[in-house]
Amino acid sequence: MHDMATALPASKPKTIRFRDPQIEMAHGAGGKASRRLIEGLFAPILCGLSSEPLNDAATISINGATIAITADSFVVSPLSFPGGSIGELAVNGTVNDLAVSGARAEALVVTYVLEAGLPTEILEAEVRAMGRAASAAGVAIAGGDTKVVEHGKADKMYITTAGVGRPIPGVQLSARSARPGDVILISGPIGDHGITILLARGELDLEADICSDTRPVIGLVEALAAAAAPGLRWMRDPTRGGVATTLNEFARDCGLGVCLFEDRIPVHDAVRGACELLGLDPLHIANEGQFLAVVAPEYADAALEALQRAPGGQHACRIGEVREQPARSVLASTPYGGTRIVDMLVGDPLPRIC
Amino acid sequence: MKFTDEFRDTELILRTSDEIRRLADPKRHYRMMEVCGGHTHAIYRFGLNDLLPPNIELVHGPGCPVCVLPMGRIDDGLAIAAEKDVIFTAFGDMMRVPGTHGSPLEHKARGADVRIVYSPADALKIARANPSRHVMFFAIGFETTAPSTALTLMRAKAEGIRNFSVFCNHVTIIPAIRAILDSPDMRIDAFIGPGHVSTVIGCRVYEWIARNEGKPIVVSGFEPLDVLQSVVMILRQMERGEAKVENQYRRVVPWEGNRAALKVMADVFTLRSYFEWRGMGFISQSALALSDSYADWDAERLFNVPGIRVTDPKAAQCGEVLKGVLKPQQCKLFGSECTPENPVGALMVSSEGACAAYYQYEHRKSQLVSIPA
Repeated sequence: MHDMATALPASKPKTIRFRDPQIEMAHGAGGKASRRLIEGLFAPILCGLSSEPLNDAATISINGATIAITADSFVVSPLSFPGGSIGELAVNGTVNDLAVSGARAEALVVTYVLEAGLPTEILEAEVRAMGRAASAAGVAIAGGDTKVVEHGKADKMYITTAGVGRPIPGVQLSARSARPGDVILISGPIGDHGITILLARGELDLEADICSDTRPVIGLVEALAAAAAPGLRWMRDPTRGGVATTLNEFARDCGLGVCLFEDRIPVHDAVRGACELLGLDPLHIANEGQFLAVVAPEYADAALEALQRAPGGQHACRIGEVREQPARSVLASTPYGGTRIVDMLVGDPLPRIC
Repeated sequence: MKFTDEFRDTELILRTSDEIRRLADPKRHYRMMEVCGGHTHAIYRFGLNDLLPPNIELVHGPGCPVCVLPMGRIDDGLAIAAEKDVIFTAFGDMMRVPGTHGSPLEHKARGADVRIVYSPADALKIARANPSRHVMFFAIGFETTAPSTALTLMRAKAEGIRNFSVFCNHVTIIPAIRAILDSPDMRIDAFIGPGHVSTVIGCRVYEWIARNEGKPIVVSGFEPLDVLQSVVMILRQMERGEAKVENQYRRVVPWEGNRAALKVMADVFTLRSYFEWRGMGFISQSALALSDSYADWDAERLFNVPGIRVTDPKAAQCGEVLKGVLKPQQCKLFGSECTPENPVGALMVSSEGACAAYYQYEHRKSQLVSIPA
């Protein structure tokens, strides 16, 4: 999320200057530092000032037709991991950024940055993975570009995909349309992707039966839209920075508060266990096949039912609601009456996750 | 999840919270210090303050190893990182702690080879895999982590691995508690005693606190029920006018400690005559150094480090917060100049640091008049 394309039409009215003296890993982690970089450097220079919040895709109008456009880069290490690989991520990531912006991906273009010495076998496997993922998501790969850099100047391969999409009829998304009482839904269990990558790196001597959740969510988004489009206010896929960061951005953009019911957030036991051991919060862990939706209360039951009935949506659930307070913040409440503030991700516990 | 869910049981938590309210005398104010940073984190993470009556005040203690490390030691470690062919390894907690010229992570961005490890044994693994380079492990922690550093050094010695060293910053908990008790600002009624440290040193070592100082101390686990039950045990002691050491964390902490761990520590380490603690000054016999038989693996002897005392930024009140004299939000820099993203003091960095925990979980909550159910 928050790639160049997504940043283009969007910046905040108040000027933030980017003062960090050098780029650190945290600027790519999707948390506070990333946001500062986009709002303080990219957006003011490239887009001028507008009052639109940052979104996962931009919408532009060409000859009266509205299209959604976005781009995403993938630098994950290792290249393949249980449940997926960089090629699959590169397709699903862009398809999902369009989906949660209310658009069905129609075509992608792809660029490869390859390190000299990369075995053809690995490249071919990733190209095939992209082909399979594209047909699963129903999107065409329309073109691309390839660059090769000297051995040691890149880590095996990086992929960038850009995509255009057709808006799903009847869907109008904006954080600012949210109202107190709106319901927050999640499409399934959180944290699988981030923990899978962490374990796949093999640095931890931890093993768990767990897979990345990478998948296209467009089918779920369309099912949701069919059942509840008029009540659908906002969607986002909680990738880097996790649910906590994504909901904090939402809270900031709508000026309202988010209250999460801690015991209702679906997390696989293996992910919980790894997080407990490593001192991580599942709410900060990246996902690649889930999305959050904010739905008007009168549509909440229909929306949840539609998600749960759609293939891959059986674990969808209601995890929180929008409230007046705490404005621009996210609060988690425990079933026994304790509460805590859920902040955005600070720093980068897990670099190169996607 | 076993050993976790049982201790987060809603029904039991509510019952224990009720019991606390029943036991607490409304006419008096209770100040209980949670010694461990792990407790501080749990208290904020699970919103436990919301479950206590207002006259029970939890005061965080000095038990966050990253927080108590003075900046000069970080500078010394980073000076070694800057040497040719050195790989600097440390726990993730250390990575964002500011030195005079930036944190280990900032040194990494500028080109130093800085790596996160989850155990000193992993640092030794890196040394085996990189025989032409020198791997230095920046060791921190109380008695909890010191045994694993000791075992790693024993293995390095046994295998004759010479491109590995330890920059030792291990500290010991008892002198810190003594310093707190000796501090004139001290107004603590009882202690929620360290959990993980006690797995190594046991409970007997705290008896002087109860006997000489007349303060109850309950060694506690880190789940919501553990902390709340410890509060109950303290209140019961106080109600009966007693002061003794009790072990709430019996599923993990043996009364006598872990003899094997204490033995390897005694073999590898020697007590420093004094060591500087951030905000608390020099405390005698409060830290460990490598013994002479491990001199060849001692980064302090292998490298020339500046060894300069660096004072904390004047406005930062880390020391007062560490001693429990100030709450994090009472520090002049809290939330303005000092945030988790741009930390001035280490307490804002480590997840066990009181300021970071408060900022992450509690900050802004105070702006709310009430939280609708």
